[in-house]
Formats: sequence, C-alpha cells, structure tokens
Amino acid sequence: MTDKLKEIEEKQKAWQERFGRLKGRDAKFMTVSSDPVKEIYSPADLVNFDYDRDLGFPGEYPYTRGVQPNMYRGRLWTMRQFAGFATAKESNERYKFLLARGQTGLSIAFDMPTIMGYDSDHPRSFGEVGRVGVAIDSLQDMETLFNGIPLDKVSTSMTTNAPASILLAMYVATAEKQGVSAEKLNGTIQNDILKEYIAQKSWIFPPQPSMRIITDIFRFAKDYVPKWNTISISGYHIREAGSTALQELAFTLADGFAYVEAGIKAGLDVDDFAPRLSFFFNSHMDFFEEIAKYRAARRIWARRMKEKYGAKSEKSLLLRFHTQTAGCSLTAQQPENNIVRTAYEALSAVLGGTQSLHTNSMDEVLALPTEKSVQIALRTQQIIAYETGVANTIDPLAGSYFVEALTNRMEQGSEEYFAKIEELGGVLAAIDKNFFQQEIADAAYRYQKEIEAKDRIIVGVNEFSQEEQLGIDLLKIDPEVELAQVQRLKQLRQTRDNIRVQNTLEELRNAAQGTDNLIPRILDCVRAYTTEGEIIQVLREVFGEYKEKAVF
Amino acid sequence: MEEHKIRVLVAKPGLDGHDRGAKVIARAFRDAGMEVIYTGLHQTPEQIVEAAIQEDVDVVGMSVLSGAHMTLFPRVKELLDENGADNIILMGGGTIPEEDIRELTEKGYAKALFTPGANTDDIVAWIRGVVQ
Repeated sequence: MTDKLKEIEEKQKAWQERFGRLKGRDAKFMTVSSDPVKEIYSPADLVNFDYDRDLGFPGEYPYTRGVQPNMYRGRLWTMRQFAGFATAKESNERYKFLLARGQTGLSIAFDMPTIMGYDSDHPRSFGEVGRVGVAIDSLQDMETLFNGIPLDKVSTSMTTNAPASILLAMYVATAEKQGVSAEKLNGTIQNDILKEYIAQKSWIFPPQPSMRIITDIFRFAKDYVPKWNTISISGYHIREAGSTALQELAFTLADGFAYVEAGIKAGLDVDDFAPRLSFFFNSHMDFFEEIAKYRAARRIWARRMKEKYGAKSEKSLLLRFHTQTAGCSLTAQQPENNIVRTAYEALSAVLGGTQSLHTNSMDEVLALPTEKSVQIALRTQQIIAYETGVANTIDPLAGSYFVEALTNRMEQGSEEYFAKIEELGGVLAAIDKNFFQQEIADAAYRYQKEIEAKDRIIVGVNEFSQEEQLGIDLLKIDPEVELAQVQRLKQLRQTRDNIRVQNTLEELRNAAQGTDNLIPRILDCVRAYTTEGEIIQVLREVFGEYKEKAVF
Repeated sequence: MEEHKIRVLVAKPGLDGHDRGAKVIARAFRDAGMEVIYTGLHQTPEQIVEAAIQEDVDVVGMSVLSGAHMTLFPRVKELLDENGADNIILMGGGTIPEEDIRELTEKGYAKALFTPGANTDDIVAWIRGVVQ
C-alpha cells in the first residue's frame, strides 16, 4: 500500500468518526437488490484497482468501458420499442407508426399461443389470441406483418424461444417473397430456452432436444443468415421474476456459457458462433447498481471467453446487449409516475453502454400501451440521446470509486454463483434441482416483504398514495380479433396444398428422429404454409413435453 | 376445538409464465398458517376446478397476467358451480383494469380481485374475513 493511500485511509477514519456522531435518517441504505451501500466510497475501496487490467479503453479488452472504440460518438444505441398486438395487420400499422416517428429497429411481441406453439384455433388458445402480442399462425400472417416494410432496410428482433426456429424460418420466407436474400437479413431471435426453465416459463420441449434445436440454429445461421443474432441470452425475465441484479447477471452469463459449451460439444468452432450471441438485460430502479451490472457483464464475458473457452476472434469476446426498462418496477398506482421511473432506468442503461433500448410505456402495468404512451416512451430515449449530453463521452462513470467498487462486487458475486452452479453439475442440473427457481422466489418474496414493512418505499404504493381515478386511456383488444384470426386460419387450411404440407411434416419428423439439421426442414414446412402449431405438434410427438416441478 | 386451517388453491391458468405474483402470494398464505396447494403453470379451467374439488379447498386464488381474465374467471366460476362446488370462494389478482374488476365482481365471477401493489397482509386478512 502506498503512503498516499495510507494517508487517505487515516483521513477517512477521522471523517468516519465525525459522520458517526451525526444522527442518520431513518431508512435502510441498500440497493434494489437488498445489498448494503456504504456511506462513502474512496480509493480505499479500490486497493488493487488496475486501470489497464480492469478497464482498458472502449473497444479494447476486457471491454469494461464499452464494446466499440467510439460507442455513441459513432452511432447512438438502437431505439427499439417492443410492440405487437391483435392481428398482423394491426401490428403492421403500429410498426409503420413507430418507424415514421424515428424508431430505428423493430421488436415483435407475439401472443401467448404463438409463444407456446399453439395455432389460434387450438382449444388452449381460447381467449388469448392477439392479447399480449400479435397472433402468427403461418407464413401468411408473417407476410402481412411486414407488408410494406422492406426487410433489407430494418433490423428485427423477435421475442420467441421454444418456436424460434419456426418464426425465423417464416421471416426468411417472407424476405424471399419480397425478393430480399437471406444473407442481407438483420435481426435477433431470443431463442434462449434456458431462461425459460429458470424464469419465464414458456417452454415446450424438455431441455435436451431444446438445446439440439438451438445448436441446429447456430449451424444453419452461420451459412444462411450470417448477420442474424441467433440468440439473445436474457436476464430480463430472470429479473422480472424477482431476482436481484447480481442473480440476473450471474444466471444469464451462466446460461451464455452453457450455450457456448453446447456449441463446442456439437462440433462447432467457438469463433464460428460466439460472435452472433447477444444479450438482453433489465434496467431496474437502482441507478448505480445497474450501471455496474452492465460494466461487469462485459468484463466477465470477455475474460471467460478468452481464458476458458479459448476464443480467438475479438468478436467472440464482445458482450453486446439490448436493454429493457423494468416492467416490474412500474406501479399501477399513479401510472404517470412510470414515465419518470422509465427515464431514470433508460439513463442507466445508456450510461452502462447498451447497444439497443426499449423504454416501457407508463400504462404497461395495466394493459398493452396506447400510441400516446408509446410515443412518450420513445421520446424519453430521444431526450436522453439529444438533450442530456450523456452520449458525448464514453463510459463517463468510469473511475467513480462507488461504481468501480460495485462493478468489482458484481464480478466477484458472479464468480461465486458460477462455482455454485458448477458444484450442482452445471446449468441443466441446477435447473433440475430448482436452484435458480428457488433463489429467485426467495428474492422476490424478500422484496415484497421489504415493501410491506416499509423498509423500501415505492412512491404512490406504500407512501405518498392517494385516492385516484385512472386518468389515462387503456388499449382494448376487441374479442372479434380472435374470431377473425381463427376464420382466416380455417380458410388457409382449405386453400393451401395440403399434400405438400403433409410431406414437409413427414420429412421434418424423420429429421427430428435422426440427427439431421431441423432448420432446413422447418423452412420447407413454412414455405408450404404449414402452420406453427402443426410443426410444433410433430416435434412434440418426437421430443415430448417439459414438466415443471413448481416450487414457491 | 381446533381451528379450521384455511385451504387455498393458488392457480395459474393460461399460457403465460408470469408466476412471480402467484408464488409470492402462495408463500404469504403459507406463512400466515394456511394450507397452500400451488397448481403450477399453464392450467386449464377444467384442471383448476378438478384440483380445487379434489383438494377440498375453501378458496381458489387465480393469478392472471395474460389479459384473458374476462374469459377465465367466468369459466372457472361456471365450472365450480356446475360441479356443485359453489361454496368455494373464487378470488384472484393480476394486471386487471379497474373496469373489468368491477364487471367481474359485480357479476359474481370473482369475489375479490387484487392488483399489483396490493399488500399480502391485506389479502390474508380478506380471506380470513370471508372464510367462515
């Protein structure tokens, strides 16, 4: 320890005594994740700090300060609002509305039947068609969804996991119809099945065949849609399910490493698929904790990819991520306050160096957002980008004693979780043992109890509340939407070439029973207007269904 | 005489996986000394009613965040009544707009509905109040 540092420590001790004599405010000083926060951070908290080793420069190893050398001085983050509801036609209109207002990428929300692999006319879909996203049954719907939107000009993110291969195939087939070749396509499928078992719970097949489909997609995309992000490894849903920031970070990266291991095990070279892996994080209310999380994420990923998995290509080391502000931080009470919450969350994502961002609308805790509230959410990003000045310099919080100490804590905490997961036998074994699920449930319950005990204040909920009449309009989905979608599907089944449909399904079944790559077979199915539900049904017959052992 | 231990079925209908609220409330009921059965995800109304009758519960608490509450609550209520289980109290929670809460409770499809931000102690107290 240098003399200078000793001197600072002594001065801090003296200050601490003065501080201790003063009466503190009656509050718990902790992060959103219930981690204690000290009254001050100083060089004494960064004794072993090494700028070169721990931060480096943007675009340089270990990428703590950002993945590109020029970050927002080169190009701002992509403003990408997640949207989709009712039918393909109505969603198509919403996308055009957003693009016309300066949005720079599309993000598709599917309805629950589409997410779970059921056609709109399946009995399990009853009441859910078009409710929380757009209903897509066949290529026909996908063609309508992107009608008038040239697919070589936009980048599209699709929130789909278990049936991701099918929706990607539909996107490729829609591009073919537009005369756009597949190698020009830009976008992302979420395709992260591990976090489904852990948190979001939209699974279909058991883990083993699900992992096979994912590695089939890696292999297919490498040659066929080389610019496509084949997976968006997601902490968002882990956080929404109630995890802490550290759990979100550690579990998501653990999932990421599990995909890397699966790819390597399937015979792929790590540098052939790792550059196409991308991430998706939550941005919750605790400003500094979130920024530290993003910075630590980049550093951990780069270090492990290089040191443990032997990645040679620089692109394999880069943790690129999308961020969405925390839906679970929004309150149904005084919903306009959510605009303010979202703005702070968005700011921390930007200060953390996100590549793209979705800002929630104030009314999303009550219903799907209206056009007006979506516009305010998008404007929030534009105000951050063009008015606040935070995009002028890269990683402006680097060197903050507090932020660097938090970043280190995030990295150490993650390493501890990785060791624990390894001890349990890896991610799949830990899922089977309900490790993640129990950790998240415990954290969610603790958070709820803290609010009820007023150890944590949520404005308008357990403090500053008032009797109110809801002053905002909500988006309503007409029940007719479901009937019309079912009708369209019925018509499709009558007019398409059903012999071709049966043939493509049989070829898919054969591939599923063997080891051939499934994706080209799925693409054939889709081109024949075979529906998503029909494809999933064949795969379900071969692979079986996942059953959860629920814990609370 | 030993006090009757309140039995609650926490049910998660629909295709969505939003089980944070269901799990938190299940745990709060358990901590309050109730017998809790949690169905797990993706249950059909038929499965929920069958479990409620089999487990002989006093209350079914249904968590709905998919927007399908206007079909699910009436359907479960109807099935409970059809199967002679109209004594079981049906309540629930989720992202349900005020207007829909009014309609569902006025028509008797749900005895009470709680929205995000509700206090678990209040929900426990409400259940104790209505279970005789």
